[in-house]
Amino acid sequence: MTVTTEPGPPSGAGSAPVLTGRKRPGETVIRALLMLAAALSVAITIGIILAVLQPALDFFRQVPLGDFLATRDPEGSGELRPAALPLLWGTALTTIIALAIAVPIGLAAAMYLSEYASRRSRKWLKPTVELLAGVPSVVYGFFALSFVTPTLLNDILSLNVSLTNSLGAGLVLGVMIIPTVASLSEDAFSAVPQALRQGSLAMGANRMQTTLRVVLPAALSGVAAAVVLGLSRAVGETMIVALAGGSSKSMSADPTEGHQTMTAFIAQTAAGENPPGSPEYNMLFAVALLLFAITFLMNMISIRIVRRFRQAY
Amino acid sequence: MNVNIRRAVVPGVAALALLLTACAGEDEAEGGTGTDSGSGGTSSLDTGVSGEVIVDGSSTVYPMTTAAAQLMNAEGSPVEVSVGESGTGGGFEKFCVGDTDISDASRPIDDEEEVPVCEENGIEYTELLVATDALTVAVHPDLAVDCLTVDQLKELFGPGSKVDSWKDLDPSFPDQEITGFIPGTDSGTYDYMAADVVEDESETLRDDFESSEDDNVLVQGISGTQGAVGFFGYSYYEENADTLKALEIDGGDGCVAPSAETAQDGSYTPLARPLFIYVNDASYAEEEAVSTFVDYYVANLADIAEGAQFIPLNEEDYGTTQESLAGIGG
Amino acid sequence: MSVASTAAREATAVVVSSGRSKDRNVASVVFLSALWFSLFFGVVVLLALIIDTAIDGAGRFDLHLFTSYEQGIAHEQAENFSELRGIPVEDLSNRFTGFRAGILGSLWLMVTTALLAIPLGVAAATYLEEFATKDTWYNRLIEVNLQNLAAVPSIIYGMLAAAIMGLLGFQFKGIVLGGAIALALLILPVVIITTREALRAVPTEIRQGSLALGATVWQTTWRQTLPSAVPGIATGTILGLSRAIGEAAPLIMVGLAAATWDPTGFTSKVEALPMQIFRMASNPQGAVQEAASAGIIVLLVMILGMNALAIVIRNKFQKSW
Repeated sequence: MTVTTEPGPPSGAGSAPVLTGRKRPGETVIRALLMLAAALSVAITIGIILAVLQPALDFFRQVPLGDFLATRDPEGSGELRPAALPLLWGTALTTIIALAIAVPIGLAAAMYLSEYASRRSRKWLKPTVELLAGVPSVVYGFFALSFVTPTLLNDILSLNVSLTNSLGAGLVLGVMIIPTVASLSEDAFSAVPQALRQGSLAMGANRMQTTLRVVLPAALSGVAAAVVLGLSRAVGETMIVALAGGSSKSMSADPTEGHQTMTAFIAQTAAGENPPGSPEYNMLFAVALLLFAITFLMNMISIRIVRRFRQAY
Repeated sequence: MNVNIRRAVVPGVAALALLLTACAGEDEAEGGTGTDSGSGGTSSLDTGVSGEVIVDGSSTVYPMTTAAAQLMNAEGSPVEVSVGESGTGGGFEKFCVGDTDISDASRPIDDEEEVPVCEENGIEYTELLVATDALTVAVHPDLAVDCLTVDQLKELFGPGSKVDSWKDLDPSFPDQEITGFIPGTDSGTYDYMAADVVEDESETLRDDFESSEDDNVLVQGISGTQGAVGFFGYSYYEENADTLKALEIDGGDGCVAPSAETAQDGSYTPLARPLFIYVNDASYAEEEAVSTFVDYYVANLADIAEGAQFIPLNEEDYGTTQESLAGIGG
Repeated sequence: MSVASTAAREATAVVVSSGRSKDRNVASVVFLSALWFSLFFGVVVLLALIIDTAIDGAGRFDLHLFTSYEQGIAHEQAENFSELRGIPVEDLSNRFTGFRAGILGSLWLMVTTALLAIPLGVAAATYLEEFATKDTWYNRLIEVNLQNLAAVPSIIYGMLAAAIMGLLGFQFKGIVLGGAIALALLILPVVIITTREALRAVPTEIRQGSLALGATVWQTTWRQTLPSAVPGIATGTILGLSRAIGEAAPLIMVGLAAATWDPTGFTSKVEALPMQIFRMASNPQGAVQEAASAGIIVLLVMILGMNALAIVIRNKFQKSW
């Protein structure tokens, strides 16, 4: 029986042996079943693409691509509003606001958890941060509508925002993805070897300097991955923006107005009065395709970043 | 030991679910044989009939159909009525391929787009008028405007409209900025206003007003902003009559306020919109659950409409509906 | 982390915490306060959300919230009917509307989703961790794919589930099975990823010991590796389920519609708690909106309960190697 080892992840978790050995007859069957299960994930992606591709292609047959990739709807287009770039902008604006909240706060929480907290307090502090991720997005959406916009933004801060606006939706969205950023960043910080911290302290730095100038740069690839994951979650989030972000397209840069995002468009069109099969309805699949492509792209970038900045210890 | 605990979780949750079902199920014993209670003209409801009825369609008509189902269940019938809210168009799409027994609709079935699909699939149906919705144009209670003509509505809400102040509509109106809150473009209410009131070719309204899919949000906006205006179904106005003011509409014969009476006698035009259900004739003839439900629905139409805060049909229209019902499968 | 570095970490932590004197300068204090603020910012927001909602729904924390189905008839009319037809007002009026269908529906959906997602997810993760050779192109494709799937908007899983139900021949898709397929698809990537993490945390010494004693790869996995990874798997699954219980959009896409009965099987028509809440919150009747706020608190309690369960399992059964 042979056991060979190959280099595993550099965090020192140990190497993963490639286990080869004699197999009993049933094992081949079991192995095949397991492989099928794994292949299922690929099947799911293919399924999604197929389910979305057909009506999306119908849409592109009905509507010229130029109208879709435009910033304004063409004059006299009636019920059909094919311009998709305002939706992209709506998603971008809301996501930027969300990240402006989630990244600083998430990173800071992660820093505390990994650098300052004792083992005992981390046991209950970490779940406390993760609680935020447990709240359903419907609830966040209504919270944005019933409290954040009227009370916080209009009454307390006197900002005079519209009923549905990107600022309120973005803030709540940011709060929702704090745990995502915090959790992964904390993992990244934990993976930085103690030797680096010890070295820094030995040179006379205090904990803050160590954290900011040694640990953070060392964990950069993990932090970048955390930010990108938070970004894709923000981009893909539906209910908060559908309820509180606005249902009309807008190219303005003013976050106090409503901007319909890609996901809000999909949800609102699916629930609306357009008969399935019409170009108006098919547009939601075209936008879904666009969304899927963007998410895929971001994930690829994330993997690249992680690989590029990963420091080997 | 870990595995054992984990093995206990799944059956444990399942047991909890079943336990809840069993415990709560004892409440169902009330209502027994709900025969004619002898008042209010209830037609005898056969509580021995069970089965499922599948309904889908307009979210405007939804409260009515669910109120009908709820009343029927409260009187002892075990029939399960499932009501979806896919929208009038989505409802017809399912109806015309035979996926649903009844379609809720806030507009008549479309002759060009939808009727042919039903015909292709051999679906024969009966249209039943069930209630009227008085679309209400509401403004902030302090606004000194009482009545608008249909032409002014067109000017105010039409696509490309540049009306910014109430004074632009009529010099006698106050010089106050207009803030608009209208339903989203995907709602039936929006469609009705665009196609049947404003009647612009494009079937759209101006796009610079704030919009929301949730009519409660519109109510909130209008009641909180001076000079604000918007429109929605009557039930939203009725629930918030103390924080909103309903405008009277002049459809050519003078200013008429929205109310049950004016919607019933036809004077509140063109904003009184008829609400329908479409019944699959074959389902009605073959499934007792469907016929029981539809019969009950029509027999108690006025009570149901009031319960759902809609405007019941007037005598004449109710007679027409009863006749149409009698004609199903005949 | 191996035993050596864990010990080193402990030692350093002791040293660092006793070296507090260096951390008393202004910048450090400000920094630390900023960290504390960030840590509890989320908690404050959550509290604001809970308190605001609880106040809105305060009048409805009664038994009917759990035992009544949806009742949409305005109270005045309900009182009229009650007199006319001899039906108790509590069975009609919107002041007594409840979430019974949604709560039972969600429970049924969770159990069925778990039955679908856990075996598939654990099987897939086991293959990827224990049996697959790491650097082949198809295995890397699967990796990328999984990360991608974890970020897909939930509504798209609803579309896929509707398509699958159509393929399986169901005309009416809004049943327990349909909803469970949508939710299982949604949490499958999460289950796979957390199971892989849990499997990775099991030290290779365990596997090697088992193999050295003559066991086959499958025997090792089934009897040694997997059981050791169970707490991690359980935590991940519960967290995945607690996300699934709060989803409404994919269920609506599959075709789940309002229900006024108890689910009795996998092909029962069903609806979920968040769907009910969503629908009731958009209702014009004030009494129904109040109930919706109360329903949100019920949903939050259910979710927090599940999260707490996951944390207890994690803390109690976490093995440190």
